[in-house]
Amino acid sequence: MNVAVAIETLQPESLPSASEAGPASKRVVVAYGFWIFLLSDIVMFSALFAAYAVLVRSTAGGPTGADLFNQASVAIQTACLLVSSFTCGMMSLAVDSRRRGATYAFAVLTFVLGAAFLAFELRDFSGMIASGATPQHSAFLSAYFTLVGCHGLHVTVGLVWLAVMMAQVAIMGFRATVERRLRCFALFWHALDIVWIWLFTVVFLMGVRP
Amino acid sequence: MNLLGKLSWSAIPFDQPIVMGASAFMALVVALVLGWITLKGYWRYLWDEWLTSVDHKRIGVMYCLLALVMMLRGFADAIMMRAQQAVAAGGAQGYLPPEHFDQIFTAHGAIMIFFMAMPFVIGLMNFVLPLQLGSRDVAFPTLNSVSFWLTAAGALLINISLVVGEFAKTGWWAYPPLSGLQLSPGVGVDYYLWAVQISGIGTLMTGINFVATILKMRAPGMGYMRMPVFCWTSLATSLLIVAVFPVLTATFGMLLLDRYLGFHFFTIEGHGNPMMYANLFWIWGHPEVYILILPAFGVFSEVVATFSGKPLFGYRSMVAATMAICVLSLLVWLHHFFTMGAGANVNGFFGVMTMIIAVPTGVKVFNWLFTMYGGRVRFTVPVLWTIGFMVTFVIGGMTGVLMAVPPADFQLHNSLFLVAHFHNVIIGGVVFGVMAAYNYWFPKAFGFKLDERWGSASFWCWLVGFYVAFMPLYVLGLMGMTRRMQHYDNPAWQPWLVVAAVGAVVILGGVVCQVVQLVVSIRRRDQYRDATGDPWHGRTLEWSTVSPPPAWNFAVLPQVADLDAWWGRKQAMRANQDQPARAREYRPIEMPKNSATGFVIAFFAVVTGFALIWHIWWMASLGLLGAFVTVLAFAFRAQEEVEIPAEQIARFARAHQAEVAA
Repeated sequence: MNVAVAIETLQPESLPSASEAGPASKRVVVAYGFWIFLLSDIVMFSALFAAYAVLVRSTAGGPTGADLFNQASVAIQTACLLVSSFTCGMMSLAVDSRRRGATYAFAVLTFVLGAAFLAFELRDFSGMIASGATPQHSAFLSAYFTLVGCHGLHVTVGLVWLAVMMAQVAIMGFRATVERRLRCFALFWHALDIVWIWLFTVVFLMGVRP
Repeated sequence: MNLLGKLSWSAIPFDQPIVMGASAFMALVVALVLGWITLKGYWRYLWDEWLTSVDHKRIGVMYCLLALVMMLRGFADAIMMRAQQAVAAGGAQGYLPPEHFDQIFTAHGAIMIFFMAMPFVIGLMNFVLPLQLGSRDVAFPTLNSVSFWLTAAGALLINISLVVGEFAKTGWWAYPPLSGLQLSPGVGVDYYLWAVQISGIGTLMTGINFVATILKMRAPGMGYMRMPVFCWTSLATSLLIVAVFPVLTATFGMLLLDRYLGFHFFTIEGHGNPMMYANLFWIWGHPEVYILILPAFGVFSEVVATFSGKPLFGYRSMVAATMAICVLSLLVWLHHFFTMGAGANVNGFFGVMTMIIAVPTGVKVFNWLFTMYGGRVRFTVPVLWTIGFMVTFVIGGMTGVLMAVPPADFQLHNSLFLVAHFHNVIIGGVVFGVMAAYNYWFPKAFGFKLDERWGSASFWCWLVGFYVAFMPLYVLGLMGMTRRMQHYDNPAWQPWLVVAAVGAVVILGGVVCQVVQLVVSIRRRDQYRDATGDPWHGRTLEWSTVSPPPAWNFAVLPQVADLDAWWGRKQAMRANQDQPARAREYRPIEMPKNSATGFVIAFFAVVTGFALIWHIWWMASLGLLGAFVTVLAFAFRAQEEVEIPAEQIARFARAHQAEVAA
């Protein structure tokens, strides 16, 4: 039997249509709005990626990515960020089951991993700057520092946000607003992973191709 | 180490009488308004009911007010430019020196796009969307207030640039390398960039807010194909805002890094690529014109259907055309710089895409025409604006299609023909649209109609003035006159420019009529009062509630059974007139609590922006810290919502029914 028949036998008009169900719950609206914000953030990154792609060969006689990128450090950063996403997921589960201790524990783990990521990234940056590969040196380096630095700035904001959220859990408990914000934070943290995977591929893997 | 960065007394142009006169006039007006508020003791009311309000209707009204004020500012710039070009022929230099003239055309463009057109359409969407969707507010009311105040902060920075320092002299797109540090070392470009960055964050949050509102907050029964067309066009606009404003933020961010930290995105040295800026800028910039025009299309759809007394012709094709424009608008940006030399195939692709986008627009024009055909059209002021739009916009659209042909564009690029074209579509489309909307929804916002006679006088001045002012520019463009000339040698151009200046004066008459219309209407508000809440015999849900609507919009959330929900309900009520009315059951409503967050964040945004412009780093840090603490204070507040008791809602509804019956 074909699909069309199967759908007809369901009699769609007898089912309540999702688009006619009336206003969604606040939980849904908040998460949905935050998804749209994340999409807009990814659009902003896409502009920076485009600029990087245009300028990647504009090294003005200076060093290229192959000369500069430290793959061991990038591997450690990637590991930190991906594992922190896992611990962030564990934190979300702890929030859902209202376990305060587990929430704190996984939040601390997430924070430490995120901070470790930042530390390695900053070490790479300062090493490059010390060797003369500053963002003022060439268009390629301007684009590199801006693109990767913008992601690092997002991680920093995420760390501040996480700290504030733990203070909120401690002071206000698991009330509905706090839970919604924790959910948004988790979405944000996972989205940073998605951006990082693109950075890893486009900047660091493709950058060291001979 | 200078505590005030680059700021010193020399930043204030005491030697320029025009600037100082304009600044003194502005300061006088602000002082008069503030003095009047203080004298009348309105501060408390203003703070409680407006400045800290998170009510989408109040925020919408404030957006429109901001837009109207900034329109006066942008219009003053326009009059000055037309006067300058009318006299500066042959050897004459006119009355504006080049560096001042350059600031004026930049400010005119920046203000009219970012601080007149944008706030106006966003204000309309703010006011109308939740009412048409049958919801109590937007998805994120406090965020909405933050958005508005950030927009106002940007507008304030632009106005500060008039007195303290200078504005950009680069044209409103601020192309590098001209806008780079080497060729524009002053603070003008920084004023422009920071003002737009700050207001752009507000606009982006508005887009997110409206998408969430439209897709998740509709009244029960309102499926997508039952949404009024204005909601559809607002959805398309909001999606475009979310899709392209981040690109503008990133682009301006890169230019700021070039200017502040010596990066090489768009510089010649360091192998930067200035042409990348043009691409990135117009990837935002072309969708931007559709962000502005689509809500206007929605307004015309509502106005035409209401005043023709017919459902909109071809609703589904209207929706399809709207969404087609939404997608296609992202694929035409390169037509802004065919002359950059991207090659024949690239230019050919974008030329064809530009012509294709005229097709859904044409579908819309025919739909409006067929809606009026056979209808009993009432020629109110909104309908006048709509008909003026249909004629004017089609002319502007056709000159646009003409310029979409790359070889033709090579001749017309950056000429006054182009200036005439985009004013033709932006005035004939957006301005006429917001004026129609202003006259159409004013009674809903304030409970009384606007004066019809002054309204139509304003329309006729605008329409005639528009043609007199801009048709000569088409001719001048074909004669070879480029845009943005402070003076010119060809005496054959002067007569046309004099005619254009006369046209600008006629438009000024239209602006004056608008102000008079508002004053007259307020004074005769008892005479123009509308107690029914439905003065135009409307079709959509906003007319089903009281004018002005209460904070909760609808005492009971409407159940939508069809397109034109309110019209259908009125028909049903008439059919069931003899049956006794069912007693309504009112329930308490949770409404968001007012919050000063938006106002305070915007205050710190102004501090931060001003400090960054003048390189006062300590002050910028303080401003950022202040904004962060404000967000924290908001996040930790104990109470977020207030409950309005059912009894209060019932009392309000009964009072309204009694008023309608009387």
